[in-house]
Amino acid sequence: MNVKNLKEISNNIRAEVLKMTTNAKSGHPGGSLSMADILTVLYFDILNHDPKNPRLKQRDIFILSKGHCAPALYAALGLCGYFSKDEFRRLRKLGSVLQGHPDSTKTPGVEVSTGSLGNGLSVGCGIAASSKIDGNVRNIYVLLGDGECDEGQVWEAAMFASHYRLDNLIAIIDLNGYQVDGKTSDIMNIEPLNKKLEAFGWEVFEIDGHDIKSIASTFKIATGSKNGKSKAVIAKTIKGKGVSFMENENKYHGTPLKEDELSLALNELKER
Amino acid sequence: MDYISGRESYGRVLVEIGENEKIVVLDADVSKATKTSYFAKKYPERFFNVGIAEQNLLGVAAGLAVDGKIPVASTFAVFATCKALDQIRNVICKSNLNVKIVATHAGLTVGEDGASHQSVEDISIMRSIPNIVVIIPADGNEAANAIKQAVLNYVGPVYIRLSRFESPILTKEDDEFTIGKAKVIGRGSDLTIVSTGILLANAIKARDCLKQEGVSAALVNLPTIKPIDRDILLGYAKKTKAIITVEENTKIGGLYSAVSEVLSESFPVPIMSISINDKFGMSGSVEDLSKYYSLTEKDIVSKSLELIKLKERIYS
Repeated sequence: MNVKNLKEISNNIRAEVLKMTTNAKSGHPGGSLSMADILTVLYFDILNHDPKNPRLKQRDIFILSKGHCAPALYAALGLCGYFSKDEFRRLRKLGSVLQGHPDSTKTPGVEVSTGSLGNGLSVGCGIAASSKIDGNVRNIYVLLGDGECDEGQVWEAAMFASHYRLDNLIAIIDLNGYQVDGKTSDIMNIEPLNKKLEAFGWEVFEIDGHDIKSIASTFKIATGSKNGKSKAVIAKTIKGKGVSFMENENKYHGTPLKEDELSLALNELKER
Repeated sequence: MDYISGRESYGRVLVEIGENEKIVVLDADVSKATKTSYFAKKYPERFFNVGIAEQNLLGVAAGLAVDGKIPVASTFAVFATCKALDQIRNVICKSNLNVKIVATHAGLTVGEDGASHQSVEDISIMRSIPNIVVIIPADGNEAANAIKQAVLNYVGPVYIRLSRFESPILTKEDDEFTIGKAKVIGRGSDLTIVSTGILLANAIKARDCLKQEGVSAALVNLPTIKPIDRDILLGYAKKTKAIITVEENTKIGGLYSAVSEVLSESFPVPIMSISINDKFGMSGSVEDLSKYYSLTEKDIVSKSLELIKLKERIYS
């Protein structure tokens, strides 16, 4: 692992997110930026995958349960080589492989269609259970939003995972502290999230979701221990991370940058 | 006459085809009622009880399908299609995942449990979702044959609606089941009865009564409501110029709607409906409920005679 390279990649992902959402005149840049470092570590260091062979048999599986942050996933997949970077400009346009929310039938590298919140962890449980039947050949990563944890289905799945001892399942919670209507602490408090997950039988790791080194080492520890427990990585992040005027500014949840804001943002990212 | 419920037939056929190691069965704490318990006993390593959590039931099933398994998920029809509709629509059908949803306890014939458990709109709901096949078997044999086809020989989402009620066996064990194909039970020239599900038994009796009154009714059993057998519907619309549909579902969006959609744009004829008329169910015996909601053979007969009068008015 080369931390410097990974930082550069995560900056590129951020830049592509901002360019593609501004070009599409819609999309969700804020939450895409909060999870950019996590995606970078997964796709460029941790996941066993092959962009030239998306159906690789024993590949690891990644599910973006917070599907509205698709632009960051598309940026990661495109930069990996699942499809041409030219596709970024077609985001959300008629006939594009890059839909507003992830669609496994249209986008190479997207394993599971998401967009309706709360579904990803259940699907991850199904893949993990299937994988156990086949001899535990892969790890399954599911990235959830903290707001998404309001959904009851998340907790149905959390119970299932620990009941069936799915230690090949890693849930990552992008804890950026915001949901559409405001701060999670004001709209629907999910804390203490660590204790909730522990009470559901999960092994919990709490990390800085922007510390590349710590993200990578946590994933290695989490996948290394096959102790019958599902793993939850609570990643404390900043919504809009990487662009000073976007950080913790919730209006960028579902609003792309204007052209002049985009130039400012891209310059700032260049200097990071 | 022998009687068997769709769910009992389902439980047995799952065990029969269960040696296929791709088949994984899931249930939401009603396995003794849906009869997936038979499979669970024989193949415990490929059975998942998710507890009372229908959304997760369909979500986990989706994941198993993503990884190449053939998941068969069961609970009561009302919970599968209402509680887990988002999972069926947004996860399973949108990605055309190979999930089989076998829902039991459908329709009013759940009986005494009452409205909360009587699914009277699941056909309408399921039929409106793109990509999914919707099958309503008429008896235990058809249920077994349809399930074998859907699980072993068809790739993609399928919804199969079964009953709790022990209904008469009307079709043969070795009848071939083809998804999308209806079957002619009896020919006729004055009108055509199109029936789906276990009310076929009432339709058969109604046809016999009509014959005694000098009315020649054709009878079509239409187990696959989606994709629908257009050819047979058009053929009989042209031949008899009057159709009556029979279903244990609300009038809105079910068989009546499906048949009307086909005929109104290709060969419009008068169509009448035996169905549940935009109402919830209630507790009662199956017999009392059938009378109360006008689903008996007598109701089919009187509606048929009404239809013939309408037909005569239109074509005179």
